[in-house]
Amino acid sequence: MSMAESLVRWRYRLLPDHVVGEVLTKKWIDSVIPFTALVILCAIFGSIVPGFFDVTTLTNLSGQTAELGLVVLGMTIVMVSGGIDLSVGSTFALAVLVTLYGMNVEQWSFGTGLLACLGLGVVCGAINGFLVGFLRMRAFLTTLVTLIIYRSTFDIVFPQVSTPIVTSGPDSPTYDFLGFGTVWGVPTSFAVFVVIALVIHLVLSRARYGWRLFAVGGARRSAYNAGINVRFTLFSAYVLCSVLVALSGFFFSARIGSAASDIGTGLELQVLTATVLGGISLGGGRGSVAKALMGTLFVLILSNSLLALAVPGPVNYLILGLVLLLSVLLDVRWVKNRHKILRSVYISPTFAKMPQAISTAPGAPMAVNDRLKDVGVIGLGFLDGAEDVIFDRQDRLYTGSRQGDILRFQPPHYTESEVFAHIGGSPLGMAFDRDDNLVICVAGMGLYQVSPAGAVKLLTAETNRSLTSVVDDSTMKLADDCDILPDGRIVFSEATVRFEMHDWYADALESRGNGRIIVHDPKSGSTRTLLSNLVFPNGICTAFDGQSVLFAESWACRISRYYFDGPKKGNVERVIEGLPGYPDNINRASDGTYWLALMGMRTPALDLSLEMPGFRRRMARRVSEDAWLMPNLNTGCVLRFDEKGQIRESLWDQAGEKHPMITSMREHKGILYLCGIFNNRMGTLPLKGADPNWFSSDSYWGKKP
Amino acid sequence: MPGSGKSDDRRLGFKVSQEVVVVAISIALFVVFSATLNNFLSQGNIIAILKNVSILGTLAVGMGFVVVGRGIDLTMVAVMVVGVAFSIWISTWSIDFTLAVICGAVLVAAIGLFTGVMVAIAEVPPIFATLAIASSVYGSGRIVFASDVLYAPPDIAWLKFVGNGSVLGIPMSVVIFGAVAALMGLFLRRTRFGRLVYATGDNPNAARTTGLPTRPIIVTQYVISALIAFTAGIIMTGLVTGIDTRLYNSSLIYDVLLVVVLGGIGLSGGQGGVRNVIAGTILVGILTNGMTILNFSYTSQNLIKSVILLSALAIDAIINPRDEQTSQSGDI
Repeated sequence: MSMAESLVRWRYRLLPDHVVGEVLTKKWIDSVIPFTALVILCAIFGSIVPGFFDVTTLTNLSGQTAELGLVVLGMTIVMVSGGIDLSVGSTFALAVLVTLYGMNVEQWSFGTGLLACLGLGVVCGAINGFLVGFLRMRAFLTTLVTLIIYRSTFDIVFPQVSTPIVTSGPDSPTYDFLGFGTVWGVPTSFAVFVVIALVIHLVLSRARYGWRLFAVGGARRSAYNAGINVRFTLFSAYVLCSVLVALSGFFFSARIGSAASDIGTGLELQVLTATVLGGISLGGGRGSVAKALMGTLFVLILSNSLLALAVPGPVNYLILGLVLLLSVLLDVRWVKNRHKILRSVYISPTFAKMPQAISTAPGAPMAVNDRLKDVGVIGLGFLDGAEDVIFDRQDRLYTGSRQGDILRFQPPHYTESEVFAHIGGSPLGMAFDRDDNLVICVAGMGLYQVSPAGAVKLLTAETNRSLTSVVDDSTMKLADDCDILPDGRIVFSEATVRFEMHDWYADALESRGNGRIIVHDPKSGSTRTLLSNLVFPNGICTAFDGQSVLFAESWACRISRYYFDGPKKGNVERVIEGLPGYPDNINRASDGTYWLALMGMRTPALDLSLEMPGFRRRMARRVSEDAWLMPNLNTGCVLRFDEKGQIRESLWDQAGEKHPMITSMREHKGILYLCGIFNNRMGTLPLKGADPNWFSSDSYWGKKP
Repeated sequence: MPGSGKSDDRRLGFKVSQEVVVVAISIALFVVFSATLNNFLSQGNIIAILKNVSILGTLAVGMGFVVVGRGIDLTMVAVMVVGVAFSIWISTWSIDFTLAVICGAVLVAAIGLFTGVMVAIAEVPPIFATLAIASSVYGSGRIVFASDVLYAPPDIAWLKFVGNGSVLGIPMSVVIFGAVAALMGLFLRRTRFGRLVYATGDNPNAARTTGLPTRPIIVTQYVISALIAFTAGIIMTGLVTGIDTRLYNSSLIYDVLLVVVLGGIGLSGGQGGVRNVIAGTILVGILTNGMTILNFSYTSQNLIKSVILLSALAIDAIINPRDEQTSQSGDI
């Protein structure tokens, strides 16, 4: 191996590029820029504003955080639901008015004051919610108008009560405690705020209501079609928002004790800047409490520091307006282009050096021939997506279809078929267990079982999450082939955890060990990953020795053996390396050997490109998908190998007329049945000298009467 | 016009469009006010209505133009006060006032261009972009200009003519409003560009797919609306010999919106025209004047007008309901 090649190999081993793409799929990635901005802001103002980190400053800041934070949380709820509430400033002013009048002038008790204030919030929110939720008016304009209405109401009432408010004081110790008291050293209002924020966080991220909000905001039409009461959800979001705003007004009144006539004006701009800056999208469906808090802190620190630096008010507003515009701009561009960025960095090819291919020259066991030229045909033009085939004890033939059905063909001619069961997804590898239940791998869905009566049951769709993965890899993306161990456990391969089935060629381009082998125990219901970092593990077959399974890694062109029992338990051995094509399913043959399907053949160009990851990455980014170098799936073959990995014979269709691609084959009573997932048929080949009574379930479970 | 598709088959009968309703209500209000209010029908009051209405109407023509293209321009008042104040401000440097006005127009066009670029190319939702830009423009103005109220130089002949002159007995301000409205009407109905504005407003994606230059169209709309706002500002300066930048804090922009929505230009774009703006202007003008004569306070006038606007929006929402199957999630 040359020096340059080792360098490339180590570079791709040490710097896992695929992590970048996986990090981009995480939800918290939206918050990275705001968080960085917040840290930089603290660093700048912390160094130039005198007394930035003083206790009094921080106490003051926490009190303000409680008040602004509540409004921002309210706005977050509305924005997550896909709306916006501009009337928060006026609602705030009205809430302060009611609280001050009640507590100062009427000498209400704490409870009455709080109830009256929150009641006002409910009324204001219900008006907004009714108009936007039930009448389905545009949120922005509607709340802009209610902003004026609420503000006008305030302007009419306030002058009449402003003097008594100033000349009298509240008579409630609880109210004073809320305004001036501390709990464990932090202002009471801040402590209450932290509790409320936690509750809202739990509701938004864990509770059914929060999920509905996100559903309505993220995809209104789908939420409607899924039966969510969209109108009521929107209505409730506005009510909640206004209640939180009113509570904020209550806190403010308790702390300040008086109000100016311009109270709450421009609050909506401040709040919007906070939410959008925090990374809560305008379109809805994206946002969290943590983001809201980050935005709140940013806005407060910015405006307080500008105030401390004696920057005039208009400049302050100008800066806030520009920050808002800039963050909206970034948000819009980010939401629009995130998928494109993700798409361009997600595919991250790695270095893979293919071993020398086994010779297919004349005379060798792999020599090209035409033995598949005259195979018989089943289901011509009818089969679509038959990846695997299997037989039951009544000689009935089972195969899958792209529509998600399990089809059953009747012997002896296999011309009549019926839908045995419908699962959905794309049924791939199949196996019969001891009790004649059909076990099936379904791409995108997991491992399923169909009883002889046709009842479908999900066996497993989740395995343990691996500790080092960035994304949650516990769900199964592409369960591919399964087999059953003598003790009844089901072992199956998951070809890749990074791509969906229809993106299989992207995984081929990466050629990284993205796949794994998983074992499921039907008795305990547990599922566990046995082996990971396999290169597109595909076919899997329990060996005749009862201690090991053979599995194929497609893009690595090799067959390996994993010992699940016996003296070598846990070990993996190579059985065949350097296959000339991409191995797919492995199944038992009648004479104690194994059949192996090669779905396609290696090509020198693709082999060479596997040593050039940079080239493949450029190709993935710059060339449209249909022009990529892909594994050649136009020529397949079937071969037979023994326990030692010696290839005994191979069967080809050179012209590609009957079987251009082969994904699986099954020997049954002296006949070999051939499948290809992209073929429109199934092939039959009578085997000379094979046991005419051999049947695979017998081989696994012994003969049954 | 809302629901015009449905009412096509009733074209021969009496067609109740929003425009007709608005005109009918205006006439009714006019009659009621004339009968009940003492000074309403006096010549001075009619002229006052027309003068007040001319500024509102001019602004509404610009707003209507943007709304037809499925946009909204909340910067108009900010642009108007800051643009005119800028012209007056630089004219104090012994620059010819006419030249100063031209400079102001250039500044205003630049602001409109920036807004248009933010909306069309940066794809910031128009309502958001214009709200933030309005706040920024006004903030910059307050930083630059020393005082809130700026007075125009007293001896500018053409400005006096705009304020006090008249053509055939019609005040000049109304003539300018009429000219702007007529030009806009012709532009929208008779030019290719005008038709493209309707197409863009009706279905922006379809327009873009068809190959229309939707982005340049949108940018142009905001530039034109900014220039129209500037024209309104000049009328105002002529009428009251100065400009009060605090006008930005009033509810004028919502009055403009009220005119447009009341007149029957659907906010979903692609509908309505200058006739709707005129109908809306007349109604709002009569209403405002009547309330002023009735001695309603400024805040209660605001309250009443915004309740009316809200009702108009609600009726618009009921007549043109949003379909759960076609409404977009991000459509706020």
